[in-house]
Amino acid sequence: MTKAIEVSGLRKAFGDKIVLDGIDLDVEAGTVFSLLGPNGAGKTTTVNVLTTLLRADGGTVRVAGHDVAAEPKPVRRAIGVTGQFAAVDELLTGEENLQLMVDLSPVDAKDGKRIVAELLERFDLVESAQQPASTYSGGMRRKLDLAMTLVGSPRIIFLDEPTTGLDPRSRRTMWSIVRDLVADGVTIFLTTQYLDEADKLAYRVAVLDQGRIVAQGTPDELKRRLPGTHVQLRFTTAEELDAAARILPDATRDDESLTLRVPSDGGTASLRALLDRLDEYSLSAEEFSVHTPDLDDVFLALTGHGTEVPTT
Amino acid sequence: MTTVTAARPAPAELSPRVGVGEGVRQTMTLAWRTIVQVRHNPWELGDYSIQPIMFVLLFTYVFGGAIAGSTSEYLTFALPGIIVMNMLFITMYVGTGLNTDLTKGVFDRLRSLPIARWAPMAGRILADQVKQAWSIFLLLAIGMVLGFRIGTGVWSLLAAVGLLLLFALAFSWVSVLVGVLAKDPEKVQLFGFTALFPVTFVSNVFAPTSTMPGWLQPIVENNPVTILSDACRALMVGDDTIGTEWHVASATTPVVQSLIWAAAIAAVFAPLSVWALRRRV
Repeated sequence: MTKAIEVSGLRKAFGDKIVLDGIDLDVEAGTVFSLLGPNGAGKTTTVNVLTTLLRADGGTVRVAGHDVAAEPKPVRRAIGVTGQFAAVDELLTGEENLQLMVDLSPVDAKDGKRIVAELLERFDLVESAQQPASTYSGGMRRKLDLAMTLVGSPRIIFLDEPTTGLDPRSRRTMWSIVRDLVADGVTIFLTTQYLDEADKLAYRVAVLDQGRIVAQGTPDELKRRLPGTHVQLRFTTAEELDAAARILPDATRDDESLTLRVPSDGGTASLRALLDRLDEYSLSAEEFSVHTPDLDDVFLALTGHGTEVPTT
Repeated sequence: MTTVTAARPAPAELSPRVGVGEGVRQTMTLAWRTIVQVRHNPWELGDYSIQPIMFVLLFTYVFGGAIAGSTSEYLTFALPGIIVMNMLFITMYVGTGLNTDLTKGVFDRLRSLPIARWAPMAGRILADQVKQAWSIFLLLAIGMVLGFRIGTGVWSLLAAVGLLLLFALAFSWVSVLVGVLAKDPEKVQLFGFTALFPVTFVSNVFAPTSTMPGWLQPIVENNPVTILSDACRALMVGDDTIGTEWHVASATTPVVQSLIWAAAIAAVFAPLSVWALRRRV
């Protein structure tokens, strides 16, 4: 697979405050890559360097095959950026905002009209197209913002915390838009401080903490690196629970819900062994489930602190 | 031996700069955007339409009689100066608009597009020139209705308008600097009022220099607002119709001095603004 984004040894400091301390990451074309981290971890700085808005102090950054420092123009042609704050012109209508993007891109005037109409339709903004963006809700602004980013049909899209401050419904809308884009072959670089968002959307996740990548991999890989995966067994009677607890000494029992938590790596071999052992003693569980920790647990385990880090 | 000709992107694709023609087109687009904004923000239109009319009416009818003896004579004296003052206030919209773009992230969006680096700034300043031309026209029109008469010719009048627009162009850089340094758009407006009010009032816009205390007179005489107002009076009204107290011997001296001031302001503030902008983004 070709790489849409290649970063190695990226460093950036503001004054004597080191914001990025040697970042290495690769993003495969046509996938969603999520940079996960709490506020102040350096997510926006990374996006700004990758989108030619900010010069790095060190390291190399190639986006769409071009060095961002040496060849910013072809990079800008290939990318679309939706920043952390909905960058819409509040004094223009939704339609005018889109038209502005069309006029600034090398799109034909005739195609432009069609593109504006299509984007308004696609993002469900037709009814409010003639209203100034200042009257839009947060979710609508975000949608307009993203629609503006899509005008030039960028192949690589950067979304900096696209759902921060959105209500759950608007978040789900945004997620489905992201999924549609990837289905069209677009590469998405997404930053988020929501672990479930990275988990749901991303093909690969990098965890950024205080300017360093502390872990990188698929969401499942990250979860698997942690202890704490377990199998949960629920029984119908206390007698069965007692019997099972006797043959599975590692397990922890919960008498109230009649459940047993058995530590396991989640692999098929260990699951088969567990089931065989239950079979041997003619025990059957009413319910069986494998629990893997969510990314919140991942973050805690990888950084030694939770996602709530006070920014300095 | 086989020759492999790899598909190479066209050289134009890789040219690091955006062509001048393209840049001009992008500038026009961004200027259009600034003009269209006014349609959705009627307050701004009021600021550079109703506010100057209010000034003309208030000064002419409230102070005119006391200062010049008659309102029409006062208008002849004051209108060119009011046009200068209004021109300076309007340049503040360049800074307000730029600051709004910076704080709302629109400026970053524009910077991430494959457009000429200078287009966003040039677009703003070009749009400002349209606003300037509109309000000069408006002030002259309302002045005519109230009894102001052009004492010179069409070419002199056009020269005055040209001089005003040129000065506005130079002074826009002061506004750009304020726009870059200010935390939010309101601060730009606040600066506009607190700094420009004394600068414009400590001039001969509203009253002749000779009526002021002796220590103040050299300050007023050397204020570029006075110099530009004198140039505009000479170019619009001419020598004959103006009262002796405000008599300007010839247009040449104040016009040349105004041009020097404009060049000096641009030479200082343009590099300073660009430097400040580079630091901010």
